[in-house]
Amino acid sequence: MTLFEKIWNAHRVKSIDENRDVIYIDQHLIHEVTSPQAFDGLRSRGIGIFRKNRILATADHNVPTINQHLPIEEPLSRMQVDTLTKNCNEFGVELYGLGHHHQGIVHVIGPELGITKPGMTIVCGDSHTSTHGAFGNIAFGIGTSQVEQVMATQCLILEKPKTMRINVEGTLQKGVTSKDLVLYIIAKLTAAGGTGYFIEYAGSAIRSLSMEARMTICNMSIEMGARGGMIAPDETTFAYIKGRKFAPVGQAWEDALSYWKTLYSDENAVFDAEYTYDAEDIQPMVTYGTNPGMGIGIDDVITIDSNSDSNKKSLSYMGLANGASMKGLAIQNVFIGSCTNSRIEDLRQVADFVAGKQKAAHVKVYIVPGSVMVSEQAKAEGLDKIFEAAGFELRQPGCSACLGMNEDKIPAGEYCVSTSNRNFEGRQGQGARTILASPLMAAAAAIEGKIVDVRNYLN
Amino acid sequence: MEKLDKLVSTAVPLQIEDIDTDQIIPARFLKAISKVGFGENLFRDWRYASDGHEIADFVLNNPIYKGSILVAGRNFGCGSSREHAAWALGDYGFKVVISSFFADIFRGNALNNGLLPLQVSQQTLEEIFRTIEKDPNVLLEIDVENQTLNLNDQSITFDIDPYKKVCLINGFDDIDYLLSIKDEIDEYERRAGEIVS
Ligand code: SF4
Repeated sequence: MTLFEKIWNAHRVKSIDENRDVIYIDQHLIHEVTSPQAFDGLRSRGIGIFRKNRILATADHNVPTINQHLPIEEPLSRMQVDTLTKNCNEFGVELYGLGHHHQGIVHVIGPELGITKPGMTIVCGDSHTSTHGAFGNIAFGIGTSQVEQVMATQCLILEKPKTMRINVEGTLQKGVTSKDLVLYIIAKLTAAGGTGYFIEYAGSAIRSLSMEARMTICNMSIEMGARGGMIAPDETTFAYIKGRKFAPVGQAWEDALSYWKTLYSDENAVFDAEYTYDAEDIQPMVTYGTNPGMGIGIDDVITIDSNSDSNKKSLSYMGLANGASMKGLAIQNVFIGSCTNSRIEDLRQVADFVAGKQKAAHVKVYIVPGSVMVSEQAKAEGLDKIFEAAGFELRQPGCSACLGMNEDKIPAGEYCVSTSNRNFEGRQGQGARTILASPLMAAAAAIEGKIVDVRNYLN
Repeated sequence: MEKLDKLVSTAVPLQIEDIDTDQIIPARFLKAISKVGFGENLFRDWRYASDGHEIADFVLNNPIYKGSILVAGRNFGCGSSREHAAWALGDYGFKVVISSFFADIFRGNALNNGLLPLQVSQQTLEEIFRTIEKDPNVLLEIDVENQTLNLNDQSITFDIDPYKKVCLINGFDDIDYLLSIKDEIDEYERRAGEIVS
């Protein structure tokens, strides 16, 4: 059996037909944007939350990243966040809202609080729920109708996806990170290449990564269309979870551990698709188009099928030309944040790189930590001082410019090197041009004011 | 959920691939707390310039094309899981989206809202685009029960999951079913005990 099948089978309440099972959900995470209509649904049916101990709320998508202690200025955002608070009070849902010590991007706080554990089923009305799969669980994004279903019954009716294994073997070059690795895979498989599949990432290059680096990879599974991505738990996973707020303790820890150790794909497991890549082939990556599959190594040049109108439209939106190199492209903004790369390791990596350096004068740099805990940790380590000295603005936690629902938007026509996960048209603001990259590549771009190869700056 | 059984309509051709849900409904319009009204902002940034003027060459602004069927390029609905995309299409008046490939979450969201994602081969999709281009008034005839799409004298069969088909024709949604098996869910919880917590 595959790891996926083991977890799926353990959560099957019943089969409906050949392709469809009722699956029990262990943990439901909600936020302000995709939940209000689901609460309304419960209200109109006259029912409550089925299992209150399995649902947790936070406010992240809409929240301002300055002056979080003040009322939210933007009336519609304020209304949505207030509605979440009201709904959570009315329905008895635990809320880590603004001002709470555990507030943050939903996919950052789950793991850091030890809520995310191996062997679970986890859902959230947000496609990047795949992030949690780094711990060896089935985690995926759902629509609002399904949010309502889970609230009402703790279950979903699901079609069993196909399984895919992606093996990455060998060692990543210096300056190449898990973000580059996943952008590389998406460029190979395309933005639709994973549709219908649940992915397991395996191989020596994956095994050697930290939990945070693994989360970056699973996070972007959805960018190739996959329902989710997962990595079998190992000592790295167990060590990360141990001691966190909601991690089991004592005998419960021992019991959990012995269960978790059964969670791997058996040697004879069969996948519907399998790919293998060599870690050494991967360069620092940047995207040049308007979907995350349009990425190239920094040494390569933009190559599109010029017969495709969609590709031409995309390049013209980006103001780039077929055959051009991304190196040397002047940029105006750098955004370091989002559930892809806003954890403490990301911030440490950036701080390490920029210590003693200054951002280019014309570049605006935002660093938005993924959670209050990340933010406090960064300050405890003095990273805030390094950022300040470099001219990087350290903001308060939230989704921020990843999707521009709050005030943090990139002006039309400007380039933004972003550590987030989507370079769609208008994603970071109307007309904004997003270039996805790793935190290291983003930091180097901030210093030089243009796209550069970060490997040339490392010793 | 509204039922969808048979539909005869002209169609609106949108020949763009990889249309993501950020284009269908940009994030800044996700602040509503009800399901209605999203149609106004469907494809907002392709429909309107930043000063609010209609962009004349966008297909929804072209009076030649109308109807409750949207025909779009492959990989429709990729990106964010926002169900608002399905609500916006439905609120605007679309009942069916035809494409050669749909992103998973979008497909599920659409079906949960009585909007049919009708998948055809790439070749058929291109033929449909050509047919509509030649005659914008051509009627497409969709029969969910028989899983057929007729246009001119051509009849194309399409796949739909049998369970979802029953839901669509009768206007049922998953939650009605799940609520009816509460006892079995309780029973599962007892069976699973602490193992999977
Ligand atoms: S950071 Fe971006 S991708 Fe992640 S949950 Fe927030 S909006 Fe979604």
